[in-house]
Order: sequence, then structure tokens, then C-alpha cells
Amino acid sequence: MQRLVSLILFLAVWWIASLFAGPQMLPGPERVMAVVVAQARTGELFVQLGVTLARVACAFSVAMLAGTAIGLVMGRIRIVDRLGDPWLIVLLNLPALVVIVLAFIWGGLTETAGILAVAINKLPNTIVTVREGSRALDRDLDEMAQVFAIPRWKALRHVVLPQLAPYIAAAARSGLSLVWKIVLIVELLGRPNGVGFEIGTAFQLFDVPTILAYALSFVVVILLIETLLVQPIERRVSRWRIRAA
Amino acid sequence: MSPAGESGRLEISITCKSYVAPSGARLEVLRDVVFGIGPREVVALVGPSGCGKTTLLRIVAGLDPDFEGDVVRPAAGRLGMVFQEPRLLAWRTVEDNVRLVAPDADAATLTALFDALELGGHRAHYPGELSLGLARRVALARAFAVDPALLLLDEPFVSLDQPLARRLRQQLMALIETHGTATLLVTHDPEEAVSLADRVLLLSSRPARILADIAIPTPRRARSDAEVQATLAALRARLAAIGSSP
Repeated sequence: MQRLVSLILFLAVWWIASLFAGPQMLPGPERVMAVVVAQARTGELFVQLGVTLARVACAFSVAMLAGTAIGLVMGRIRIVDRLGDPWLIVLLNLPALVVIVLAFIWGGLTETAGILAVAINKLPNTIVTVREGSRALDRDLDEMAQVFAIPRWKALRHVVLPQLAPYIAAAARSGLSLVWKIVLIVELLGRPNGVGFEIGTAFQLFDVPTILAYALSFVVVILLIETLLVQPIERRVSRWRIRAA
Repeated sequence: MSPAGESGRLEISITCKSYVAPSGARLEVLRDVVFGIGPREVVALVGPSGCGKTTLLRIVAGLDPDFEGDVVRPAAGRLGMVFQEPRLLAWRTVEDNVRLVAPDADAATLTALFDALELGGHRAHYPGELSLGLARRVALARAFAVDPALLLLDEPFVSLDQPLARRLRQQLMALIETHGTATLLVTHDPEEAVSLADRVLLLSSRPARILADIAIPTPRRARSDAEVQATLAALRARLAAIGSSP
């Protein structure tokens, strides 16, 4: 209910603002909606959303997998942490634009270069979060696993990863939004399709309704992913907490 | 198979175990602790609190390799351990906690084990839903599920009320008898030691040495109250003599 009120309020503010700013600068919700419908009719909207979503999924998976593995090792092995920490600080402070431009120069204007550039931007953030979780791992349970000779991969899956789950979830949450923002820049700079490319074209034509139509459509997609995928997974992973309460 | 006897024995021979305290001083915890445990034998370690009993158990479990001496565990068979805290995985059910360490255990064995510890109704519960007494039983079930050649128990019933501790002791006793597991039990409670063990080793205060090796020849089940009380009184007297009555 509150969410609905919040949405209506947002549309109202938008509509009033559009009256003041004029349709050139800020078209009203109804005009943007008309563009969304038109683009959806031709199928163009879904193609571009799909392309961008595929890039988000690839970059997100690469960053989460690599980041979790590196974060876990850095949190557990002190020497790796000491050696890796300066690199991590460099990576954290490297502007997204620099990574993207260098990736396209070194890797060519390819799909792989683009996706890797996005993944590298998300990577340090995942590493830092998972490393925090890895440092907080329960040593008592490690000893238990050692005494009972639980095989390594099994201990990782049943003893270690469940302890890291809240940290991985936090990294995934912030990751999803970060990744899609950067994917758009990559598409603007070096890909021939996707939401970012469409927005770039619209920018050159000063076509504000199209810019807003694509941006809002993708926000809706992300919101759907969040409600239909991320939240159910979180509930499932933490069901033992809910029952214990 | 190797001949019965020496192969199934646990041999402990620790010349020295010490660690460096935060102040930089070297603290000696164990000194010349030498003993063995035969197959099916239950040995209790009793001593003043803080004397190094848990340290000794951790060395036997292989969790602390930093000591001088030797520990030879039974060549075949697995190790089962019950820690002072249950150390269960909060995100797995009782049954999954047990199955994790014993993936090959068949359903009938597990059911018998759960029933022996009165856990039958709790298999699908998560550890967070259990009382301490129940969680301790799950830890016991997990240790026995691997059908251990050697069982290590570190104050398994500490901070439970007396009647409950007694009941769990009965269940533990029954399990030890049916499985025939060599057992090393660390406890600060002389009564627990006398009621469960075939032999009681009395440790001194730090650095811990073995002060006495008291054998209780009568089998557990056949011990009369008078005999238990007499052994207990003797043990309590010796404990008081080293300056710390439990």
C-alpha cells in the first residue's frame, strides 16, 4: 500500500515538474509511456533490454564468482591479504571510465572486453565484502569439520558458504545496481546495441522521451529481478533464522 | 586385519606443551603426560579447572600440532568428538548435521541412534530451536554416527542440571557399551568420571602431570552405589589435596 502511494506521488511530482520545465526538457509521464508502448510494439524495446540484461548477467556472474573466491582466500590467508590489499585499493579507486576505455583499447571493441570491464569495476567491492565475512568465519566449526574429516568441497558448501551467505547477498544487492549502471556506459562507448547505445543515440538527437523510456523500462526489469529472484533466494537461504526466531 | 591388541590402542606421550602468553612469558601447560587407552576402554581425565585438560584433548584430536612428543591414534577407524559447546551448523537440520559427517550411515542405524538419544521427534528441527540439553545430544549423535574407533568428549554435560546430566550419562553409557568405542573423557566432575570410566587419570595443576591412575575394575553396569561412593570419596580427597576442590 505504501509502495503504491509512493509510486503515485512520484508520478505526480514528475507530472508537475514537466509542466514547469516544458516538454523539451522533461516530457510528462504520458509522453514517455507512449514511447515505451511504441518501442514495445516494434519489439525494439525488448531486444535492447534483452541485450543489456544478458551483459548484466554475464558481468555480474563473473564479478560475484571471482570476487567471492578471492575474498574468501584473502580473509583466510594472511599473506595473500597483505599482498593483495594494495592491489585492491588501486582497483577500488580506479574510475570506471578508465577501466572501460583501457579494456576497449587493449581488448578491441569486443563483447568480452566490455563484459570484463564491467566485471572488473564490480570485483573489488565484492572482494571487500566477502573478505569481511571470511574474517568472521567461526573457527570452532572449522575445527569440527577437521576432526570429523569432512572433505574440503563439502565443508566449503555446508560449513563455510552458509556463513558467508549474508555477505554474498549484500554484495549481490549493491552489485546488481552498480553493474547495470556501468553496462550502460560500456554500451555507450563501445557496443552497437543495448539500452546504453539507444540512450547515446537519443542523446545526440536530444530525444528526452526515448532516454527516459529506456531508463525507466530497465529500472522496472531490475525491480522485477529483485522481487522475483533475489528476495525469494534470500528467504530460502535464511529460513533457518526465521524458524529459530 | 591387524591382530587385536596394540593396533587399536591410543598411545599418548607428550613430553612438553607450552605456549607464549601475551606478556611474552612462556607458559608450560603439560609436562610428561604419558598414557594409553586400549580398545573398548573408557578413560576419564580429571583435574583442577584450567590445568590443561582441554589442551590435551585438542592435541589428541590433532587440532594442535604444536607440542613435543607423540600421539599415536588407532590405525583404523574414524575419530568422533563432542566439544564443550555443541558446535552444530545452525543452518542445517538436526538430521542433516549428523548426515554431513556420516554420509554412508544407513537409515536404520541413524534411526536407532536418534531413538537411543530421544531425538526421534527432533530430526527436522534446526539447532536454534533446541535446548542446550537437546543440542548436546545431537552432538553426541553426530560423534557416534561415524562409528568412531576413538571418541573424545570434552565436558560433554557441563552446565546442565544434575538430573538431566545423569540421564544423558546413562544414554552415553549405553551407546559406549553397544558401540564398544575407546573413549577419552575430560571432566571436572568426579562423579561423572567415576560413573563412566574404567580408569580415572588425575592431573595436577599447571603444568599438568598425571598424579594418579585409578582403575575401577568392576564393569560400569555392575558397580554398587557403595563402591561408586567410596571411589568418589577417594578421588575428591585427592583433588582437595592438590588445592582445588571442584
